[in-house]
Amino acid sequence: MSGDWPLWEVFVRSKGGLSHRHVGSVHAPDPELAIRHARDTYTRRQEGVSLWVVPSKEIVASDPDESGGMFEPAANKIYRHPTFYDIPDEVKHI
Amino acid sequence: MASLPPIDVPDHATGGGAFDSPAAGEPDPARFDYLLRLGDDALILGQRLGEWCGHAQALEVDLSLANLSLDLVGQATLLLNEAGMCEAEGRDGDRLAFHRDVLDFRNCLLVEQPNGDFARTIARQLLYSTWQHMLLKRLTGSSDRFLSEFAAKAVKEVAYHRELASEWTVRLGEGTEESARRMAEGLDWCWRFIPELFEVDDILEQLIGRGVAPDPREFEDEYRSALAAVLKDAKLEAPAEQRPILGGRRGHHSEHLGHILAAMQFLARTYPDATW
Repeated sequence: MSGDWPLWEVFVRSKGGLSHRHVGSVHAPDPELAIRHARDTYTRRQEGVSLWVVPSKEIVASDPDESGGMFEPAANKIYRHPTFYDIPDEVKHI
Repeated sequence: MASLPPIDVPDHATGGGAFDSPAAGEPDPARFDYLLRLGDDALILGQRLGEWCGHAQALEVDLSLANLSLDLVGQATLLLNEAGMCEAEGRDGDRLAFHRDVLDFRNCLLVEQPNGDFARTIARQLLYSTWQHMLLKRLTGSSDRFLSEFAAKAVKEVAYHRELASEWTVRLGEGTEESARRMAEGLDWCWRFIPELFEVDDILEQLIGRGVAPDPREFEDEYRSALAAVLKDAKLEAPAEQRPILGGRRGHHSEHLGHILAAMQFLARTYPDATW
């Protein structure tokens, strides 16, 4: 029966101030029950304070066949990483 | 010696109130019985819902029902442990759950009814959770500290149970011809067990007088209207009133309870020292 139900992607905010993170997906017949199913599946051990569900069919994904053109050009541009600075010892948390 | 003049007692004075509560450390059989009623409701309904584990129509529904079950078993643990302390004969919650027989259980008949199909399980949940939610809201104001603190914790869990059962009732009622028929049949099966939820016997009367228990008769109208509102959303008719079936609170149970206990108590009775 769950095969008849659309798939929803589930996003959980683990605590206030953090962003929602994708945690998985659920089947459900409509948005309200998708939230209930997400609650019962992904937040039963106090994992979150807020939930989003999004119809999976609404997700626009990049094409794996085009990953060469999409992502490889970034690989050899090390000057985009701020690694050429000497960080003083006194500076923490960098 | 001159006798004292008679004391003028107003006609409306009753022999109830907090002064009639047993002193600390005194036996309180009424309170013990009430803790068993609430605890056994939660235990038996939790066990029933647990039977769905692995059998629901979708993994997500399996988890939903198991979550309700675990909430209820957690409530039963608190209530039956407290009942054991109240009784003060050395029985804890496990002892009460696994080593009593049918006649000693005090749950209402509604919660022991078989799961049937998914729609009947939802009907049973709607009828019980709506009642339990209204009861717990009032029980937060109990004069009994354990009960008021217990109710404050459990009322949030049960609010969710009630919402979930209401939403499923509406979806099944508004779904296909078959789901609406099954939902109507499920409600029809469970309807005759409603009056028991609002029955007040001597034990409950005494606890109401002491401010320990809420009077369920005070929210029967609210209960009926709440169910009517859900059924209206679900486009379902309320079942016709049937001959009420009573007796669970006195230990008179349907044949179903013995079968539940056989499954639930087997391990603890066969291997009394088992741990895991």
